[in-house]
Amino acid sequence: MSTELPVLTANDFASDQDVRWCPGCGDYSILAQMKKMLATLSIPREKMVFVSGIGCSSRFPYYMNTYGIHSIHGRAPAVATGLKSVRPDLTVFVITGDGDGLSIGGNHLMHTIRRNLDINIILFNNRIYGLTKGQYSPTSPKGKVTKSTPMGAIDNPLHPLSIAIGCEATFVARSIDVHIKHLEMVLRRAAEHRGTSFVEVYQNCNVFNDGAFDYATDRKIKDDTIVEIEHNKPLIFGKNRDKGIRLNGLEPEVVQLGGAIKEDDLLFHNELAEEPSLAYLLSRMRHPEFPEPMGVLRAVDRPRYDDELNKQITVAREQRGDGDMNALFRSGETWTVS
Amino acid sequence: MSTTTAGATASSTSPTSKPVVTLKGATVRFAGDSGDGMQLAGMQMTNTSALAGNDIATFPDFPAEIRAPRGTLAGVSGYQLHFSSTEIFTPGDDLNALVAMNPAALQTNLSDLHDGGLLVVNQEAFDEKGMRQAGYAQNPLEDGSLRKYQLFTVPMTSLTRRSVEGLGLSQKEADRCRNFLAMGLVYWLYGRSLDPTLRYIESKFGGKPDLAEANVRALKAGYNYGETTDAFVSSYQVDRARLKPGRYRNMTGNQALAWGLMAAAKLSNKEMFLGSYPITPASDILHELSRYKNFGVRTFQAEDEIAAITATIGAAFGGAMSLTTSSGPGIALKGEGMGLAVMLELPMIIINIQRGGPSTGLPTKTEQSDLFQAVFGRNGECPMPVIAARSPADCFDLAHEAWRIATRYMTPVMLLSDGYIANGSEPWLIADVDKMPKIPVSHPGPQEGDEPYLPYARDERLARPWGIPGTPGLMHRIGGLEKQDITGNVSYDPANHQHMVNLRARKVANVALELPPQEVFGPERGSLLVLSWGGTYGACLTAVQAAQAEGLTVAHAHLRYMNPFPRDLGDIMRRYDRVLVPELNLGQLRQLIRAEYLVPAVGLNKVEGKPFAVSEVLAKIRELAPASKS
Ligand code: SF4
Repeated sequence: MSTELPVLTANDFASDQDVRWCPGCGDYSILAQMKKMLATLSIPREKMVFVSGIGCSSRFPYYMNTYGIHSIHGRAPAVATGLKSVRPDLTVFVITGDGDGLSIGGNHLMHTIRRNLDINIILFNNRIYGLTKGQYSPTSPKGKVTKSTPMGAIDNPLHPLSIAIGCEATFVARSIDVHIKHLEMVLRRAAEHRGTSFVEVYQNCNVFNDGAFDYATDRKIKDDTIVEIEHNKPLIFGKNRDKGIRLNGLEPEVVQLGGAIKEDDLLFHNELAEEPSLAYLLSRMRHPEFPEPMGVLRAVDRPRYDDELNKQITVAREQRGDGDMNALFRSGETWTVS
Repeated sequence: MSTTTAGATASSTSPTSKPVVTLKGATVRFAGDSGDGMQLAGMQMTNTSALAGNDIATFPDFPAEIRAPRGTLAGVSGYQLHFSSTEIFTPGDDLNALVAMNPAALQTNLSDLHDGGLLVVNQEAFDEKGMRQAGYAQNPLEDGSLRKYQLFTVPMTSLTRRSVEGLGLSQKEADRCRNFLAMGLVYWLYGRSLDPTLRYIESKFGGKPDLAEANVRALKAGYNYGETTDAFVSSYQVDRARLKPGRYRNMTGNQALAWGLMAAAKLSNKEMFLGSYPITPASDILHELSRYKNFGVRTFQAEDEIAAITATIGAAFGGAMSLTTSSGPGIALKGEGMGLAVMLELPMIIINIQRGGPSTGLPTKTEQSDLFQAVFGRNGECPMPVIAARSPADCFDLAHEAWRIATRYMTPVMLLSDGYIANGSEPWLIADVDKMPKIPVSHPGPQEGDEPYLPYARDERLARPWGIPGTPGLMHRIGGLEKQDITGNVSYDPANHQHMVNLRARKVANVALELPPQEVFGPERGSLLVLSWGGTYGACLTAVQAAQAEGLTVAHAHLRYMNPFPRDLGDIMRRYDRVLVPELNLGQLRQLIRAEYLVPAVGLNKVEGKPFAVSEVLAKIRELAPASKS
C-alpha cells in the first residue's frame, strides 16, 4: 500500500450504480457536495464507510465508491458504533433522515451522540416520509396535511438540533441542500471534528413536500429568514445587513441596527462555549419569528467513545499484561484428578 | 450403600469423634430468604465439594425480585447441590438434606426432601410472624408433622450472634453471618474442609477485617456446633469421584461460554466485540467478558437489544469476532437485525440464554421454549445455523463450535443455552488452549486495477469472502435489499431472488456436511430412542442409564446441532420402535423432527420453570418401552 496521499476528485467517489432519487430531489446536491468535500480530505477511499438506515436518504451509500452498509430502519448509528469501536482507523459517516433518525431510530441517535463516538451523522430533513410515499414525519409542522393526516397532524414536531444539543452533542451544524458552498463548508467542518458531528441539512422533497424550505432558499426573502452564524461574529442578517439578534435576558430578540443599537450590543456567536445553552438558544430560533441559524452552532472537544474504549484495552494490557488464556484457566481454585 | 468408619478428617479442624458414614453421593439444598445469602452458601459448598474431588451438579433457583418482602413464600431462594463419588449429570431429584432458614423456606421446599432426610432449620425464625407469612397455623417444629424426617432445630440466630460477640457488629450485621453458620454446620455434616471458604472470606472481605473475622467465626461456630451438640450422632463422607484424570475447576455455564468465546477469538487470531443489553439470565456473560480487556475483549453495553445486535453487525463488517448475548425477549427484539445479518452473510454469534416465556415470562426460571424462535424467528426465508449446549462445561466447547461454523460459512450462528445451564455449575476439565483446533479466518487482500471486487462470489461451501474496510480496491456496499448473485448489487430480479433464497438455504444446509455423526448411547437398535437437546441432557442420560440397568433396550441421542440436524439422525431414529422427545416446552423439537423425518415421535413436556427430575423421564421410558419388549 502506498503511503502517498491520494489525489482524488469528486468523480472518484462515484460508484458504478445509477442514482435513483427522483429528478430534482435535494439529495443530489448533498451527494455532490459530499463527494467534492471528501476529495479534499486526503483520506483514501478504502478508509471511508458510509452507513445508513432506511429511507430515500439511506440509499446514499450505494452511490459512493467507498465501503458502505445500507442497514435497517433507524439503526445506522448503532451499526456505526460497532464498526467504529473495533476500527477507529476508519472515517465513518451515518446518513439518515428525519423519519429514520428521529422516529424509529431516535434512541440510537440519542445514545450515539451522548457517547461522542467519532463519526459524522448527516440528517437529511425533508419533513416528510418520502420512500413510503408521503406520510408526515416527526419534523412535519403541526397541522400538516398528508396521506396519514388528512385533517392535519396533531403532533408537535421535533427539532433535530435541539435534540442533538440535549444529547450533549459536541458538534452541531445546519445547512441547506441548495446552498452548495455553505453545505460543503459545513460537511467539511463536520468531517474535521473529532467526536460525533451532527449536521441537519434542509432537503427539499420535491415530490411529497415540495417547497417546505422555500422560506429559507427563496432569493427574495432568504436574507431575512436565515442567519449565517460564524464564530466570534455578531448575529447580523437582512438584505442590507441591518438587522441583528440581541439577547434580552434569556430571550433572543430581533433588533434593527443603526441608531442606538450597535453591533457590539448584538449576540456574538461562540461555537466553543463549554455550556450548550447558547447553542440551544440558537437551535430554538424558528421561522417566522426568527431567522433560522445556518452554520456551526457548537464545536467543542470532548473525549470520544471509541478512543476511550480502546484506551481501556491498552491500559488493561499495560497493567495486567497481554491476556494469557491458559494462565486464566488455571487461576483460582482448581484441583487435580490423577 | 453405606459403610461406617470412624474419624474422617476436615483439614482445618480437628477430626470428628463421632462415627462417619460413607455415602455414594448426596443432594443438599440451602433454602432461605432471598436476602439470606443462600446462593453464596450453595456456591461455597459446591466449590468445596469440587475441590474435595466429587463430581458435582447444581441447581440455583431464585425469585425474579431482587428483594421480595422478607419471610414471604415469594422471596424464597434456593441452591441445590448434588455431589458424588461417581459421575453424575443432574442436581438430583430429591433431597438428602434440606437447610431451611425460615418457615417460608420450609414450606416451599419440604416436599422435595426424601423421607428420613436430614432437615436442618433455624428454630428461631419460627416466630409468629414468620409462621403466619408461610401459612403455618401451628409450629411445624412442634406439632409432630415433621416426624418422618431427621429434624435438627438449631438456634442459628443466637449462635451466630454469640460467635461474633466483641467485634462491634450491629445486630443486623451479625445476623447477616447466619449463612456462614449454616455452611459450617453442613461442612461438618459432610466432613468438608473449611479452607476454600476461609480463602474466599479472606479474598472477599480482606478489606473489612471485622466482617471477615465475623464470617470466619460464624463458619467455625457452625462447624463446632455439629461436633459438640448431642443432636448429631454421626457425620457423612462422600469420596472422590473417578473423573477423567486432569486438572479441573468448577464452572458455571455462563462463565464457560465467556471463556470459550475468548478461546475462540484467540484461536482465530481475532479480537472480540460483544454488543449486549443487560437481561436475566444472560447478563453474567457481559459481566465476565467485561473483565478481560487485556485479552482485547471490547464490550459495548448498548442502549437496547436492537443496538446490541446492529452494533455487532457493524463490528463484524469491520472484521472483528463479533457477538451478542441475550434471552428470549431480547432475541425477539433482535429479529430484524438477525435478518440483516443473514442477508449480509457476515459471521457472528447470537447467544440466547433461554428463560420461561412468553413475554417477560419467568425471568429467573429455565425453559427450552425458544427453539422455534431460534430456527424460524425472522421474516422471510432466513436460515441460520442453531446449536445448543447441553451442560455448563459444554458451553466452552460450543462457543468454539459456533465461531467455527460462523466463519467457515460466513453466517450468523445462534447458540442456545438456558437458565439452568447458565447458572448451574459442574467440574470442567481445564482445556489447553494451545492444543485446541485453530479456527482459520482470512480476508481478501488489496486489489488493483479495474476488476471489481465481488463480495458475493462463493467458495465450494457457498461461503462468500469477508472483505473488510481499509483494504484498497475492495470498496463495496452491502445491505438488506436483495442482492444480485456474485456482484452484491441491489437486484429486484425475480429469478435472482429465487436463486439467492435457494443459495442461502443451501449454504446453511451445507453445515451438516462437516458435522460429526450423531452420538448414540446404548443399543444400536431397540424399543425406544430418547432424543433430547439442551439442558435436559443430564436428566435424560441418567434416566436412560437407569432404564438400561432395568433391562430395557433404550438408547439416548442428545442433539447439539438443531439446524441443520446431523445427516444420520433420520436413519438413527428409524432403528427404534419409538422415539421419545423430552423437552421443557410443548414439543418444539418433536414438531421439527416429525416435519423433517415423518417419525411419529412422542413427547414428554413440562413448563414449570424447573428442569426434569430423572424419575419423570424414567417413568415415561418405562411406559413407552415395556420390559416385555426387551
Ligand atoms: S421521494 Fe422525495 S426525498 Fe425521496 S427521492 Fe423523491 S424527491 Fe427525494
